Amino acid sequence: MSGQTFVDRLKQKFGDGIVGANFTAIDPWIEVAPAGLVPLCEYLRDEPDLAFNYCNCITGVDWLETDPKKAAKNDWQPHIEVVYHLSSLTHKTSLVLKVMVPRWQNDEVGSIPEIPSVANVWRTADWHEREVFDLTGVRFTNHPDLRRILCPEDWVGHPLRKDYEFPLEYHGIRGR
Amino acid sequence: MATHLDDPRIIEFDVRTDEMLVNMGPQHPSTHGVLRLVLRTDGEVVSEVTPHIGYLHRCAEKIGENLTPRQWIPYTDRMDYLAAMNMNLGWALTVEKLMGLELPEKARHLRVLIAELNRIASHLVGMGAYGLDLGTFSPFLYAFREREKILDLFEEVCGARLTYSYITVGGATADLPPGWLHKLEAFLDQLLPVITEYHALLTTNAIFVRRTANIGLLSPEKAISYGCSGPVLRGSGIDYDLRRDGESRYTEMYDGYAFEVIVEKDGHYPKDHDYPAVPSSAVLGDCWHRFYVRMLEVMQSIDLCRQAMDRYSMATGSWGVPVKLTEKLPKGEAYMETEAPRGQMGFYVVSTGSGAIPWRVRARSSSFCNLSVTHDLCRGCLIADVPAIVGSLDIVMGEIDR
Repeated sequence: MSGQTFVDRLKQKFGDGIVGANFTAIDPWIEVAPAGLVPLCEYLRDEPDLAFNYCNCITGVDWLETDPKKAAKNDWQPHIEVVYHLSSLTHKTSLVLKVMVPRWQNDEVGSIPEIPSVANVWRTADWHEREVFDLTGVRFTNHPDLRRILCPEDWVGHPLRKDYEFPLEYHGIRGR
Repeated sequence: MATHLDDPRIIEFDVRTDEMLVNMGPQHPSTHGVLRLVLRTDGEVVSEVTPHIGYLHRCAEKIGENLTPRQWIPYTDRMDYLAAMNMNLGWALTVEKLMGLELPEKARHLRVLIAELNRIASHLVGMGAYGLDLGTFSPFLYAFREREKILDLFEEVCGARLTYSYITVGGATADLPPGWLHKLEAFLDQLLPVITEYHALLTTNAIFVRRTANIGLLSPEKAISYGCSGPVLRGSGIDYDLRRDGESRYTEMYDGYAFEVIVEKDGHYPKDHDYPAVPSSAVLGDCWHRFYVRMLEVMQSIDLCRQAMDRYSMATGSWGVPVKLTEKLPKGEAYMETEAPRGQMGFYVVSTGSGAIPWRVRARSSSFCNLSVTHDLCRGCLIADVPAIVGSLDIVMGEIDR
């Protein structure tokens, strides 16, 4: 199935849920609206000729250039990208989904954006989403147990954000 | 049936056990490093297990955003420190995928040779440590005796015994030293009969079988849903190995190599060697099968090493292409998974094209996903089975916490 026919098929089924696609990238990807993510993932997993039954990886990428001089030259606006790498063990194929959300919800600094959780589609997403929440700062709604996973529970901030500042001290331990 | 107070059976109902929270780790020897498990127990029965990880978190991904790909190679060593060569390989292949770099044939065979040798070393530790978890000490010593010889070989290749940084973007840091292949051949010849000893010590040992067979059953559906990979996935009977089914950039390394994926198909394992029989009490997907797949993969890796040796010595050309330490990265992103000893190790690199330093790096760890299934496997088992189950997943905390 070529990329375009595949995206057309998904568009027919999900309409505005499919925002865009990039076929020229090394790993071609499809951009999905947050609201349509869970039904799309269930469809991708359950449709016999697709059978994306394996979730390899979920990654959060923070797109923010902290240097204003460089930021002026960029052709993108600050945002957060959550990348889903899926594959099908049956058909030996792979697929990349992307969800783009603003860095802060409603432009309120400190309120992290929300994406529906796919932990009920693939169980492995549970821990991956906890990691993205912990390090990149994205809240996954309907997640069974959204806690920090790598950092301590009382850690402040999300370290993989580009504007993250390491704390001066943590429980009496000097930070920087 | 009326029961009397002096009925000996009544004591079973009379002794009340409270639910108790038992903290296992992060310093418990059988948690393989700094893993902390909180067990909710009722008597001897575990009703719930909650793994707590992050005690070895070293911000590898954040560090990667400040270094060039070649500078980050030593950090990948410290992920799965028992299979550092395979970690180097995964990252090197990912960056090469982003740069569109093709390697000469000799470099590919060199990588197969080194990666498979490291797989043997890693599985030997996995085997020895698993014996240790179950309370037997000798297999550990036997395994380390042989592993030591592999480490000596690696030391000769790159000077390091654990964190090699040998395989790098563009091939390897140096060619194999002269005469090294003869030493390797002598070692492989000597290793073969030792494997039979290991099978006698553990695989077919009656106590070992009793401790592992039919314990911690992982169904194929659950294994896929939890993202398990490597021997854990194949131990559940799923025929999937990235060396055969992965991306072409990775599988072409193994082009022309004869190997069978170690998995139970149609009720039996590959018959290319004289493997010990599967005990009748073992059920596909239990701890014993996961261990068995690992042991069989040692044999497979010995075969692959021998084939790689031939091909490497026949290949002409260079063992690598020079890549500068500060080689500029093209704009784009690449994700790639390789079959490391513990499962599918994935790396993801994003570059804006503005320099040599990537925008974002990500490591998808196989142990991380394998560990996430513990709470499901341990529900309802005995406390003594918890180390048996966690040990059979063969986790390395450096890779989980990164």
